[in-house]
Amino acid sequence: MMRIPKLIDRVDFGLMSPDEIRKVSVTKVITADTYDEDGYPIERGLMDSRLGVVDPGLRCRTCGSRAGDCPGHFGHVELARPVVHVGYIDSIYNCLRATCRKCGRILLQEPKLEEHRKWIVEMREAGQKWWEMTNKIVKSASTTEKCPYCGEKRVSLKLEKPTTFIEGKNRLTPSDIRERLERITGDDAVLLGINSKIARPEWMVLTALPVSPVTVRPSITLESGVRSEDDLTHKLVDIIRINQRLSENIEAGAPHLIVEDLWELLQYHVTTYFDNGISGIPPARHRSGRVLRTLAQRLRGKEGRFRGNLSGKRVDFSARTVVSPDPNISINEIGVPEHIARTLSVPIRATEHNIEELRNLIRRGPDIYPGANCMISPDSKRYDLRYADCEELAKTVEPGFIVERHMMDGDVVLFNRQPSLHRMSIMAHEVKVLPGRTFRLNLSVCPPYNADFDGDEMNVHAPQREEAQAEARILMKVQEQIISPRFGGPIIGGIQDHITGAYLLTRKDTLLTREQSQQLLATVGMFVDLPKSAVKEKGVEYWTGKQIFSMLFPKELNLSFKAKICENCARCLKEECEIDAYVVIRDGQLLHGVMDARSYKALDRCEVLDRIVKDYGTTAAREFLDRATKLSIAAAVMLGFTTSINDEDIPPEAKERINEVLDDAQEKVNKLINIYNAGELEPLPGRSLRETLEMRIMEVLAESRDRAGEIAEKYLGLDNHAVIMARTGARGSMLNLTQMAACVGQQSVRGERLSRGYRRRTLPHFKLGDLGAEARGFVSSSYKDGLKQLEFFFHAMGGREGLVDTAVRTAQSGYMQRRLINALQDLRVEYDGTVRDDRGAVVQFVYGEDGVDPAHSDNGKAVNVEKIIERVVGG
Amino acid sequence: MSVEFDARQHVLVPKHEILSKEKAREVLERYKISPHQLPFIMSSDPVVKAIDAKPGDILQVSRNSPTAGRAIVYKYVIEE
Ligand SMILES: [Mg+2]
Ligand SMILES: [Zn+2]
Ligand SMILES: [Zn+2]
Ligand SMILES: [Zn+2]
Repeated sequence: MMRIPKLIDRVDFGLMSPDEIRKVSVTKVITADTYDEDGYPIERGLMDSRLGVVDPGLRCRTCGSRAGDCPGHFGHVELARPVVHVGYIDSIYNCLRATCRKCGRILLQEPKLEEHRKWIVEMREAGQKWWEMTNKIVKSASTTEKCPYCGEKRVSLKLEKPTTFIEGKNRLTPSDIRERLERITGDDAVLLGINSKIARPEWMVLTALPVSPVTVRPSITLESGVRSEDDLTHKLVDIIRINQRLSENIEAGAPHLIVEDLWELLQYHVTTYFDNGISGIPPARHRSGRVLRTLAQRLRGKEGRFRGNLSGKRVDFSARTVVSPDPNISINEIGVPEHIARTLSVPIRATEHNIEELRNLIRRGPDIYPGANCMISPDSKRYDLRYADCEELAKTVEPGFIVERHMMDGDVVLFNRQPSLHRMSIMAHEVKVLPGRTFRLNLSVCPPYNADFDGDEMNVHAPQREEAQAEARILMKVQEQIISPRFGGPIIGGIQDHITGAYLLTRKDTLLTREQSQQLLATVGMFVDLPKSAVKEKGVEYWTGKQIFSMLFPKELNLSFKAKICENCARCLKEECEIDAYVVIRDGQLLHGVMDARSYKALDRCEVLDRIVKDYGTTAAREFLDRATKLSIAAAVMLGFTTSINDEDIPPEAKERINEVLDDAQEKVNKLINIYNAGELEPLPGRSLRETLEMRIMEVLAESRDRAGEIAEKYLGLDNHAVIMARTGARGSMLNLTQMAACVGQQSVRGERLSRGYRRRTLPHFKLGDLGAEARGFVSSSYKDGLKQLEFFFHAMGGREGLVDTAVRTAQSGYMQRRLINALQDLRVEYDGTVRDDRGAVVQFVYGEDGVDPAHSDNGKAVNVEKIIERVVGG
Repeated sequence: MSVEFDARQHVLVPKHEILSKEKAREVLERYKISPHQLPFIMSSDPVVKAIDAKPGDILQVSRNSPTAGRAIVYKYVIEE
């Protein structure tokens, strides 16, 4: 097993001293050249073979390893003149501002400093953020005018971004800065947030520059044989060239100005070597004009080391493809294409019980499904079945071998759709290998993944070890996620046709013959005796749809609730309800009412499914849901269900009445405008006259649309298929239907009638200052009749706002999600019920203050007493 | 304002009490933690001033909770 050679006690983050840089360096780099004519690395050049090797065949002159094994080794450049490190520019500024320019002490009285030191020691011991004190110290010290130690007067100091300091009128050279930082004592440095045992202030000004190993800046050989160097190498070439020229000029005693210029150029190159995205200086470019990607750019941003390689990794044993629906598999299952099943493998340890089976799989090899891809002997030797004689290899398998066989039916995999916003975005499914090239999923799991089939792609991950597989099965299986921790109710349930079908089957006048009844039950996989028929007519037996649906319920189920189609009559007739909207289930028999969205729709009240999960467990719930959805779809197919634009037809007299209502409203609006223009409008409290007018107009128009809708609704009864979908909660709303049949209504932007576009009018087709209904975006046409040209334009204005809103919302919530995850990732509920962070500090003394797991709660509460009474008493 | 404002009288401020040394030790033992692992409350907090708690004290805060009805939280008084 793994051995831990050393235990890490702690990690210090400090600065490297110039001496340390020289100590870790395997060579001083003195020439900017890389390779000689023969293609070998030049000694003491940027590709010196002591810095590590990347070309196959060569050996590293430091560690003796070949490419791949050699980790790479640092070199260094001796800078002719010191250079400021951009990364520490703010700390340097703080140090210079807070200290005396002559004696280097912090510009505060000693007793005050001593007080701060004590506080810092205390905070450090308590594990607190002691460095936050430095801001205060710098702030007060940088306003002191005279040094309390040597009496030196302050000279104003300015930082000119990115790296230039101006004192009074003079520019400070990095050498000056370094000298000043050297004077800061260790005791003072602590107060500036610097632990001088591991980071002396003057080390923020470089005198030696580490040269990164070639392994982090490998050169690429193109097909044409031309070598192409890494951006970092290009940058190092610049640095070394300028450094050389600088030191030559200094030695030759060149004029001050020339030396200064070269020094500044060296500073520029070193700065862009660290970070090529600094404002205030032009970014360094490649010969082709491309901006160079230097050290900071490698780490930063979405594709950077942190977000791209550490927080988000590419993984093995995963697959991705388009998803499509399959109503015939269970919610727990996932259809996996054979091609993927052949590529993803699961390691199985050979025992005397499964050895024959495994031998057979090996014999079939990697290309015939089901087969195996690989075999591993107990001494960890891998045998790739692609390049082996499978027949021979199969004979050598003994107990203790591991066979990486193809993925097979019943294996557990994790299924995921991005964006993974909640835990139901990754659930465990059982594999079912199917023909085709897409992942297949049951329609009931669309809501938790937020998936549809307009081209969505999803990912699969195959857990390899038994622990991982067991954990996935027990904790992550779809049936365990039916109740959402968000609101304590089902997030997995029927959708769309599942609801329509259930309604068609369970409404009052649905009668089925013996053949029909048994056909339906057979599609669900129930081959059982029918109960006693409910109706007998002319010697023919009939069963009600309620009887058939009831066969899916647990025998002891007792429930009563109002269905979605309920009209909320002033006095509820309960069992006597005319439209059968009061559901009564006694001893597992649906006595009254219809099944609709209230009974088992995902994300709805979902009374029946909710009860079954909570009282009979997740397996019973899964069985119910698998059967109920299948039964409903079979019923919809058998009974017939279709919708078309004709469903939004209303008779001419209704049209006439609607037009009357709309004309009426039009007139009322004009009257209001006249009153307003006459200055006789009574303002509402706290509103200006204009605002009052707007509100009154909106009121009148909204009411007219509602009345138009009501008129249309009178002709849209429950025998209308579009209405069935809307009223049962399957799809669409009555508003959608009346907008199609009667009148679309007012278009708005930011909750107000449309007003902008041209000066004092929405479009040039209107008079200036026209406040009428038409001129401000009221659409009196219905979708079915079609919109007039101007109405269409106004409708597009309102529609655009909706699109912009969604785009903005997703961006904002995405950012919030990232922040929340970063803040909360280490919190967990301990066994004592407390919520703690990674240092064991208590965040909540009882989780959620009530200790209830919402995923196992009843709509957020631990128990629902009323439901329990109904269950026990039986209603 | 001439009349001293007492934060404790405000409807949104829950009840804060200083725990006795005995009680405080019990709490720390119950959760097996050191004072620094408790949530903090600054000594400059108006309520802390009002009940005259000093840095190092442990406070018991009893507040109304939308989920549990009543919830008790312990806080460690820290300087500034
Ligand atoms: Mg889609
Ligand atoms: Zn090496
Ligand atoms: Zn001084
Ligand atoms: Zn009713």
